[in-house]
Amino acid sequence: MTILLSVQGITKRFGGLQALTRITFDLPEGQILGLIGPNGAGKTTLFNAINGVFPPEEGRIIFRGKDVTRAKTYDMAHMGLARTHQIVRPLNELTVRENVMVGACFGREKHGLDKAGKIADDVLEFIGLNRGDQLAGSLNIAQKKRLEMARALAAQPYLLLLDEVLAGLNPSEVDGMIQTVLNIRKRGITIIMIEHLMKAVMGISDRIIVLDYGTQIAEGTPEEIVNHPKVIEAYLGDPRLAQKLMEGEE
Amino acid sequence: MKNWQKHTGLILPILALVGMVLWPTISGSVAARESIFTILKAIALASSLNILLGYTGYVSFGHIVYYGFGGYIGFFLLTAQGWPLWSAMLAGGVSSALLAFLLGKAILRLRGAYFALATIGVNEAMRNLVTKLDFIGGPTGLTLNFKTYLAYGGAAKALEMSFYVLALIVLAAILLSHFVRISKFGLGLLAIRENEDAAEVMGVNAPDAKTWAYVLSAIIPGIVGVLFFFKNGNVEPNDAFPLHSSIELLVMVMLGGQGTVLGPILGAFAYQGMRGFLVTNAFFKDIQLSVSGAILLMIVLFFPSGAIGWLRQRLPALRRILA
Repeated sequence: MTILLSVQGITKRFGGLQALTRITFDLPEGQILGLIGPNGAGKTTLFNAINGVFPPEEGRIIFRGKDVTRAKTYDMAHMGLARTHQIVRPLNELTVRENVMVGACFGREKHGLDKAGKIADDVLEFIGLNRGDQLAGSLNIAQKKRLEMARALAAQPYLLLLDEVLAGLNPSEVDGMIQTVLNIRKRGITIIMIEHLMKAVMGISDRIIVLDYGTQIAEGTPEEIVNHPKVIEAYLGDPRLAQKLMEGEE
Repeated sequence: MKNWQKHTGLILPILALVGMVLWPTISGSVAARESIFTILKAIALASSLNILLGYTGYVSFGHIVYYGFGGYIGFFLLTAQGWPLWSAMLAGGVSSALLAFLLGKAILRLRGAYFALATIGVNEAMRNLVTKLDFIGGPTGLTLNFKTYLAYGGAAKALEMSFYVLALIVLAAILLSHFVRISKFGLGLLAIRENEDAAEVMGVNAPDAKTWAYVLSAIIPGIVGVLFFFKNGNVEPNDAFPLHSSIELLVMVMLGGQGTVLGPILGAFAYQGMRGFLVTNAFFKDIQLSVSGAILLMIVLFFPSGAIGWLRQRLPALRRILA
């Protein structure tokens, strides 16, 4: 089992706010790691630390055997890391196809335009977004989320960070998206996903890490997590959420 | 897409250029040639600015600094060092590119309004600096020895030649603009324009791409500067670094349609045409810059994508041509 990503004791502060405290975990290749926790727990900050948007003050991040703690965002993309954003960031005035081509041109394999166009067509087909000629700004939210994923996939990454790809989708769209995530894993891509939808994240993650106030309060398989006393405690601030968590459904 | 289809966007720009060159050539009118010269100069500068403004999404309020800086250096080499025009033009372009590279490294870390403010500072600082440097004439600038024109067949011939040389420079500007736009590098620039953070996450090396876009947008203004001051016979700080010209360039690019190859050409043509009318009109001649300001305001409010952008939205069938 090869370790693709190793996060070793990273700490991130924003002024007086301790956003992340000594987060440590290893991610083996081919797994889906779920990242859960209440709002403001530091999940997105952890993504931002891993992909170089906000490098951590302490600790190290090892990606494919290289220390990437201080690597730039675009260097991480070249090394095979791709991500989606919780708040979608489409390139509005470009077509959907061009959006995806950006991923293929500047991602891990840095293809030329012609090859990137072919990859974009394949990825859009795979992701089920057949609107290549439309401007990205004209898509609805579910389509924009798919576009984020398509762009990330076009880079042919080793590791994909998914930030709440299910939020704001209706139930049938959620099912479609879960299937897509599983299909991506079948392609051999390792995934870390932040998700609030418990049923989904419990259903597809191999392992789960729970964050609360920037600290890692639990780590384990979905079964271990739902029975973990600290997790229940963290979610007890919101009894409804705790209930959901224990029942393992939405 | 078939290979030739990538280049359909060049058809109208090249036709427009050919038309503008043929008109004074066939009619033999010197007045027409001088009017077209002004328009061609505006097209070369506006197309260059478009690489930064239209493709990369960075507003430069001081782009004229590259015209003035390259122009000054080339003109100095031409007059004081006796360089031939061609080498001086090349030196002007290279100097402007170099200045843009150094400045780009420093100020392209700034985004949005902060970058725009910094570019104004650069232009004003350069004008002040040049005014204080005695070896290039200080506030009075440099004047060309009339004998210099002899090498080009006399003054009249030199002026006529300048027109055709400028036409070639405009052709180069159009080709540069087009090939940047259809290239992978251009796609990276467009991504930066749309969302710089997202572009970086996707792997676009934004600091480098922006710097190169800035360099590319500075070369042709530097070359044009040398040619213009050669034709003009002298250079002085206020002619080389007029802040209002930077703003006029912005109006041209926005008027025609930023981010397209044809837009800046149409915008420069329309703006210079309008300006020609205004400065000869008794009522408008003193307030023509106010009119430009009002036009800029209207465009930003009602047609942010400019004439070509507006047409592209309404006539999707013509998008290939209106590139």
